[in-house]
Amino acid sequence: MTELNQSSKTTKLSRRMYLSALGLLGISGWIVPSLTVAKKPEAMDAIAKIVGSNTIRDGRVKLVIPPLVESGNLVVLKLSVESPMTANDYVKAVHVIAEGNPLPNIFAAYFTPRSGRAELTTRVRLADSQRVWAIAQMSDGSFWQGYADTLVTLSACTEMI
Amino acid sequence: MSKTSRTGITMPTQAKKDSIIEIRAIAQHDMETGYRYSEDGRRIPRDIIRLFTCQYNGEEVFRADFYPGIGANPLIIFTTVAVASGTLVFKWVGDGGYEAVNQAQITVS
Repeated sequence: MTELNQSSKTTKLSRRMYLSALGLLGISGWIVPSLTVAKKPEAMDAIAKIVGSNTIRDGRVKLVIPPLVESGNLVVLKLSVESPMTANDYVKAVHVIAEGNPLPNIFAAYFTPRSGRAELTTRVRLADSQRVWAIAQMSDGSFWQGYADTLVTLSACTEMI
Repeated sequence: MSKTSRTGITMPTQAKKDSIIEIRAIAQHDMETGYRYSEDGRRIPRDIIRLFTCQYNGEEVFRADFYPGIGANPLIIFTTVAVASGTLVFKWVGDGGYEAVNQAQITVS
């Protein structure tokens, strides 16, 4: 058992070392700046359509996508929003926006107090290495956002058949 | 002529009252994005599922709008509170008159 644990530790470590080696080579430096810039205009428009004149606050929304994806055609996306999910205080809707997709909107989910938890898992397409945003609308009308970054090695949408 | 396809629902058949149950709903569908081109350079028209709803004893408990960013054979995993025994009806609606309905029974104790 301990041996197993140790071996998993070493694999984790070597993976980390591999990734940091990439950083040293300057590859991460080449990719990261494009991700750290403000949201792209199409994504901004899509978000503006959702929130209108309301302000969005950071937090409460947790978006999980694998940091490194081999194929952008099926990416498992997990979403959860902190909320008591009672009749008076619940998550009304969550919109998922991908900055680098030809159509930034990926999906919109509408929860009710009877959802129990504001959690969702689905499989999405990602056209490029990018930042994916999740914007939650609460029952009191406030908006909250969260994001996740990912690297996609083989993009969706571009292939021929 | 309306189109339809196979769908699948995975959820518990029995649950304790007021417990939260997890539902997995999958539909067989290509979810053609409308951004791809065929070999002769023509754009393949968009053909996707647009809407998914879940009704619990006639009351809507969950709804989702899909866009081309959803992968083929859309799978959606969500939760609901088991309030009473009854039927959950799942419905997918899409382009070209696509419609699929599935249902599942639950016994709540």
